[in-house]
Amino acid sequence: MISFSGVSKRYPGGHEALANVTFSIEAGEFVFVAGHTGAGKTTLLKLIAAIERPSAGAVIVAGQNVGALKPAAVPYLRRNLGLVFQGQKLLYDRSVFDNVMLPLAFGELTEREAARRVRAALEKVGLAARERANPIQLSGGEQQRLAIARAVVNRPALLLADEPTANLDAAAAGAVLELFTAFNQVGVTVLVATHDEALIARSGRRVLRLSNGSLAG
Amino acid sequence: MRAWLRHHRRAAAGALARLAAQKTAAALNALVIGIALALPAGAYALLESLRATATDASFEPQLTVFLRPEAPRTEAEMVRARLAREPRVREARFVSREQALRELQALEGVAEIAAALEKNPLPDAFVVRLREAPRQEAMEALAAELRALPAVAHVQADPLWARRLAALAGIARLAIALLAALLAFGLVAITFNTIRLQILTQRAEIEVSKLIGATDAFIRRPFLYLGALQGLCGGAVALAILWASLAALNSEVAVLAATYGSNFRLRFLEPGDALAVAAFSAFLGWLGAYLSVSRHLRDIQPE
Repeated sequence: MISFSGVSKRYPGGHEALANVTFSIEAGEFVFVAGHTGAGKTTLLKLIAAIERPSAGAVIVAGQNVGALKPAAVPYLRRNLGLVFQGQKLLYDRSVFDNVMLPLAFGELTEREAARRVRAALEKVGLAARERANPIQLSGGEQQRLAIARAVVNRPALLLADEPTANLDAAAAGAVLELFTAFNQVGVTVLVATHDEALIARSGRRVLRLSNGSLAG
Repeated sequence: MRAWLRHHRRAAAGALARLAAQKTAAALNALVIGIALALPAGAYALLESLRATATDASFEPQLTVFLRPEAPRTEAEMVRARLAREPRVREARFVSREQALRELQALEGVAEIAAALEKNPLPDAFVVRLREAPRQEAMEALAAELRALPAVAHVQADPLWARRLAALAGIARLAIALLAALLAFGLVAITFNTIRLQILTQRAEIEVSKLIGATDAFIRRPFLYLGALQGLCGGAVALAILWASLAALNSEVAVLAATYGSNFRLRFLEPGDALAVAAFSAFLGWLGAYLSVSRHLRDIQPE
């Protein structure tokens, strides 16, 4: 599903976020990317989502060389990804329902089918009763679950999450982990970047450990 | 195809909702655009009104053939037959001396002088309209041919006057086109800026949309509808301003025209021209939005 081959990423200004990183993740795996702040976790996810381009090496996602994609092809790659961002990136000028509807707006579904999908996603994350609420009215854990609902509503093959449990208490973090596990059990490949060692230990999943831009161990 | 149409419908509905949500700003924008467009549209309406009047009064290249005062009507009929055979002549209208006097008496300020005349000094005449505007030499050659007829006393050809009128009309049309181009540029700039502000207020939504797989075309679409709708509203305001202005002006124009014995009125645009103004305005709005959204979308990249 994902393959990094000798991938480096150097930002303008010279900072090298990733250095010669090589690994692969099979379809259906649940993998954590761990490491200290600034280790390169977010850059790694950005490369997969074509938000950044590698300075060297090849990033292959679902058979596509992401670094070589034309800009016009990038949106179609992202439609097959579910992205849970650090800070959620929710839209506070619309309801919970409309936030989840966003990825379906440019799809092929009819409005009725899209609405059914949105409600199913909200049901899955336990927010069905809050669909008319504004995201600002939700707790931190609920907002994170809302972000997850938006990420999975398009039924992606790959779910990427960047620090999804940051600023959540242990119970809320556990609920988020359970959601990821549930999605993984139905075949979704899950890649979670986190520095929450307790979460990683609790999951018992494979870990890619980054340190100063390089894979450790 | 259905999905594409659905996307367009949603984009159009979204643009309408956005206009409705920002009524004051939208109304002010439409007013600014409307005023800018009303100027060239008004000038065009004025020119068209004058052109129509000029045509009514046969102020196009023509000859006036005056007959000898003593010429009998039989000779006048011979001149008419000669003109009817002439391929360069489109129309020859006979104006009898009695009719000419009546028209003179109807003119404001001349009536009293005309009434004081002991006998009608005016001759019978033919007003000759030509098939196409000829060169001066050709027109003078035809005048000379007609002058040679025994019943004809004088032929008045006025190609220079007609040419000057045509040149003036050409200058006026060019001036209107230049004014329209300048104001169109202004309209594009207004829409460009409006859409820029709109993009800034929707920056978060655009960024998230890009992250989750929206194409640039999808993101651009509602802004294009917004620009086109704004332009269309501006065009409608321009037509309303023009209509109201002409209605107000015409009451005074009627008084002035009556002093010249004319029923001249400033005419509103023909339906086709009015539609063209609205469509042109919508296009300029779309263009401004397209330029703005193309320029500013590049600056918004997901982080």
